[in-house]
Amino acid sequence: MSLAALTGSRLRAARTALGLRQGDVAARADISASYLNLIEHNRRKVEGAVLQRLADVLGQPAASFHDGISGALLEDLRGAAAAASEAGPAPEIARTEDFAHRFPGWAGLLADLHRQNAQLARSLSALNDRMTQDPHLSASLHEVISAVTSLRSTTGILVETDDLEPEWRARFYGNLAQDSDRLAVGARALVGYLDGFGLADSPGIAVPQEEVEAWMAALDWHLAGQGGRRVAKADLPSAAARQLAQGWLDVASRDAAALPDPAFSTAFARYGPDPVRISADLGSDVLAVMRRIAMQPHSAVGLAICDASGTILLRKPVDGFAVPRFGAACPLWPLFTALARPMTPIEVVIETPGPVPQRFVARAFCQPSHPGGFHGPELRQSAMLILPAPADSGTAQPVGSTCRTCPRTVCPARREPSILTA
Amino acid sequence: MTKRVLLIEDEANIAEAIRFILSRDGWQVRVLGQGAGAQAMVAQYQPDVVILDLMLPDMSGLEILTALRADAATAGLPVLMLTAKGQGRDREAALRAGVSAFMTKPFANADIRAAVRDLLGA
Repeated sequence: MSLAALTGSRLRAARTALGLRQGDVAARADISASYLNLIEHNRRKVEGAVLQRLADVLGQPAASFHDGISGALLEDLRGAAAAASEAGPAPEIARTEDFAHRFPGWAGLLADLHRQNAQLARSLSALNDRMTQDPHLSASLHEVISAVTSLRSTTGILVETDDLEPEWRARFYGNLAQDSDRLAVGARALVGYLDGFGLADSPGIAVPQEEVEAWMAALDWHLAGQGGRRVAKADLPSAAARQLAQGWLDVASRDAAALPDPAFSTAFARYGPDPVRISADLGSDVLAVMRRIAMQPHSAVGLAICDASGTILLRKPVDGFAVPRFGAACPLWPLFTALARPMTPIEVVIETPGPVPQRFVARAFCQPSHPGGFHGPELRQSAMLILPAPADSGTAQPVGSTCRTCPRTVCPARREPSILTA
Repeated sequence: MTKRVLLIEDEANIAEAIRFILSRDGWQVRVLGQGAGAQAMVAQYQPDVVILDLMLPDMSGLEILTALRADAATAGLPVLMLTAKGQGRDREAALRAGVSAFMTKPFANADIRAAVRDLLGA
């Protein structure tokens, strides 16, 4: 990161552009000129009320002076610290932001390494699960081992038994042919299965959902623009990811058919990102409208979708709102509140923690479905749009990303201690 | 008197090979191709040793072993269990249930001969 990207440098640039003297600005912001001098030379950290007063004096939003250290980077660094603290002494967690400020290159590298490490650990875990629990793999291996066992014993008999009667010899030759065929089939099935696992083609991404989200991001989340095509191996190497992606492509096609343009664009222009009003106007289900809103070309609206267990099925990120890659999300998100209140629109202004807290309007809606009819189970899916909050957004609900890296000391929903407050 | 071996193995070619090997070694061998009826067969055939595959199509070899150990008449019957690598947890469970010995597939013919001889004290 260049020096110009730092908060102090930005403040200095704004002041000189306005032709204001350091002493005047300091006085109006109720700080000493020497302190402002240190701030402008990035030798003192500035945040909260002081930053707000300086921003007011300079006539710009405080966020415009924020140093560009992204919430995601801080989240990753805290995640790295959390992982390290489980194995030994924790690093200086309280100075995470300072570290990111002073050594942005190293901080980025550490965050990348932490992500890669976490992905590798998940790959290993996934492989271990597959090796020990996957019935398909277990059956394939059993088939191969049985064929090899029989081949080895039968070959041994043929080689070791000099006086083998002709009828037994013929019988064992027949068994050999049978087991050879069986081994070939079993080996092919095993190779096909391992090939479909796809890790060799995507060593950095082990979880199909992450593969799919990276692929969607590359398409700018505009799945409807893919015209309902089939997902190919060139798109996503692993079979599981292709299956997931195909599911979302099909959903996007259905959404586009149910909410065609120009009717959808007209309704969106009229009501804005209000999925309930658009739904009422166009007669489509609310979740479809939410997906359609977030997956328009160049849309800056974030989206999270979960099932009845609270497991996140899809995360379309938005700058400043960190959706955890690993571990469970903050239970205070309206996304989860909606799960308990199906078919009820829930709108909450939420505020994320951090040196410069960020606010968003979260609109959540949960929709039950009964694919098995009267005798099947009820399924629920909840979606949450993450929209920019207006300047006069009033009281906000404090939320976090995930407990482990949330700095809030008082939280009724906390599941586990935070590494930031330990 | 010829010693009797009951082989409980669903893979026909493996069963045929083991039966041939042990018969040549002088044992009387009977084969049961599934888990169902194993206890009744033991009661009726009165084997001196049981060779038991861990993975049977209808039930686990572990269930049969547990049932045999629960019956006073067969609690001390030598049982050689056939397993594959990667079945560590099942092997531990079999040890706790009182298995006499293991043989890992694929095995050499000499090994299974030696294992049965050991169990029969021959």
